[in-house]
Amino acid sequence: MQRLLIRRARVLCPAQKLDKVADLYVDQGRIEALGDLDTPADMTIDGRGWIVCPGLIDMHVHLREPGKEEEETILSGSQAAVASGITTLACMPNTEPAVDNEASAEFVVLQGERAGLANVLPIGAITKRREGRELAEIGQLVRGGAVAFSDDGECVQNADVMRRALEYTRMFDKPVISHCEDKNLSGHGVMHAGKVSTILGLGGMPAAAEEIMVSRDTILAKMTDGLLHIAHASSAGSVEMIRRAKAAGVRVTAEVTPHHLSLTDECVRTFDSNYKMNPPLRTAADIAALIEGLKDGTIDAIASDHAPHAPEEKDVEFSYAPFGVIGMESELAVLIKVLVETGKLTWLQLIEKLTVAPARILRLKKGTLAVGADADITVIDPTKKWTINPNEFRSKSRNCPFAGWEVTGKTVATIVGGEIKYSEIPPERLLS
Amino acid sequence: MEWRRKDLLGLEELSREEILAILDTAVSFKEVSTRSVKKVPTLRGKVVVNLFFEPSTRTRVSFELAAQRMSADVINVAGATSSVVKGESLTDTGRNIEAMGVDVVIIRHSAPGAPHILASRLAASVINAGDGSHEHPTQALLDIFTIREQKKRIEGLKVAIVGDISHSRVARSNLWGLTKLGAEVILCGPATLLPRRFAELGARLSTDLDEIISEVDVINVLRLQLERQQESLFPSIREYSRLFGINAERLRRAKKDVIVMHPGPLNRGVEIMPDVADSLRSVILTQVTNGLAVRMAVLYLCSGAHDYAKTSH
Repeated sequence: MQRLLIRRARVLCPAQKLDKVADLYVDQGRIEALGDLDTPADMTIDGRGWIVCPGLIDMHVHLREPGKEEEETILSGSQAAVASGITTLACMPNTEPAVDNEASAEFVVLQGERAGLANVLPIGAITKRREGRELAEIGQLVRGGAVAFSDDGECVQNADVMRRALEYTRMFDKPVISHCEDKNLSGHGVMHAGKVSTILGLGGMPAAAEEIMVSRDTILAKMTDGLLHIAHASSAGSVEMIRRAKAAGVRVTAEVTPHHLSLTDECVRTFDSNYKMNPPLRTAADIAALIEGLKDGTIDAIASDHAPHAPEEKDVEFSYAPFGVIGMESELAVLIKVLVETGKLTWLQLIEKLTVAPARILRLKKGTLAVGADADITVIDPTKKWTINPNEFRSKSRNCPFAGWEVTGKTVATIVGGEIKYSEIPPERLLS
Repeated sequence: MEWRRKDLLGLEELSREEILAILDTAVSFKEVSTRSVKKVPTLRGKVVVNLFFEPSTRTRVSFELAAQRMSADVINVAGATSSVVKGESLTDTGRNIEAMGVDVVIIRHSAPGAPHILASRLAASVINAGDGSHEHPTQALLDIFTIREQKKRIEGLKVAIVGDISHSRVARSNLWGLTKLGAEVILCGPATLLPRRFAELGARLSTDLDEIISEVDVINVLRLQLERQQESLFPSIREYSRLFGINAERLRRAKKDVIVMHPGPLNRGVEIMPDVADSLRSVILTQVTNGLAVRMAVLYLCSGAHDYAKTSH
């Protein structure tokens, strides 16, 4: 394992509230030193003008393995991750079969290790086969490596089952991740219920379908003192409910996706199914509320909800296309554009939402550049201009809503456990 | 004005001038139907395909006849209800048809936006013959044509559209077209089938037919999809009919010269009573006649035939 020195980069470490130019030294897979250093190393990188931060953690991805390997595998997903500065992934259990038992969780871990690129962590199902009826073997799943529990898109409709899940997972100090959706109310909807759905004649999913479940789950979290995490909050009403629950001391955290921060239901006017996701794209007012939630800490983290689908599945009439878009390889650049360049978040705030915040939610000892921590590091060139082109992605799928976006800022190197897993560092920057 | 569109996808994106251009062109085509030889050579050598993914007799036959009267070759293709069922994607279907040298594709589909997807990928003209609950531009154009013919104007008229507004492409297209030409549109139906958001699109909303019936110049009655009852959108057909059905008694409170329209097919005894449908106020069959002229005009303009007409002069 080589010794690595990154010199004179802007080091951003929200866990230590650190934002300064420094040298970072890595040895034996750990952060060995941070400061003004002149340590000999096997590789020294000239980091001037670049940003060095803890490796990004994407706590909500779908890698489709097992079951739909033509759309993504744990290997291709890991390749996409490290090319995007992501060093740790938490995979949703909506595979075929579902990750609802110890062996399935271990399979995900094992495939992650075989890929040997990023840290791949399984999220276990709350209920057997994600059917919302009987609890899955949550204790065994924890043994198999599960870091959280979720039935993903199959939001548990039965309040009593959800209550038991919040109670039971408390024993293991693992969060229950809720995709909040009252399925009766969202019905056959395919987009946000609003003015645009009225014009287009497409079935609407009202924000209330999400908010009712945010409300229910925060009430249940309060009742059980369980650990609740709200996946992809998308409406202003949800933000307000989470804010109030937090103020009341409920143990709730929340995430938002890049697409819900940057796109609105107006996009659906194109009938392009790359704008079809669940929860749906909502309105500019919702985006403003989500950003406000990020700023005041109501929304803790940002996650991609990377959801690959095969082109032939997605290239159909809007009504018939499956929900979901890929997100890892556009994530950082889109966030820089809509949050940092607009002055809505500082770099340090953005990196917090992508590192230490998800680490806290998932109880991971990661997301920091503190001495002794795992050397999961992302190096970003904040000035690099590029155009998002899904055809160049490592992901096996192409269902990206950001194709053609002109963006600034790109991952130039990704280090996982002290090893460089992705690099586009030009030779002149390698000093030894 | 100069017509520049290859496709007719909806009335939302058309300007007032474009709508008037179609209506005015239709006036001259209506005259063709009165001749003893009801055929003109305008589209000779052109191929028109009726690509219907939803069952329809009236609209398909109307388009077919319109194309034939202009001497085009017409093919009817009945698609399966959805591309998912059929196993071939809409785009592939479209490309295959185009590869056979088709000039105009007329498409009806249950999914909003299906014609738009085809239009963006084919060089051929695409005409929307109804896409889900989204738009049905030629129906609205023939409705507006009929109103203008009967009332000699559109501006300042009050038009009530009565029924299941929520799921109606006819209501949406009529709303765009009529408001652009200066009419006031009142959308009327049960609250479960009348999304309040329509107020933001320039319509007046009413859930009480008796309250508005005396002030309107036109009543356009929509067909009720009877299966909506199962989605708990209204309690029973009987109650719907009592509250929103157009019957002779209601009509007595309307203006003397009110006209009653219906896009067909009629649910007699549900949304419209036979004594109204067959009354002098009903222009339902005139609509059908005018549909032919309007569709001829649309085919003429979108297929680029008017360009050839110009260059040959």
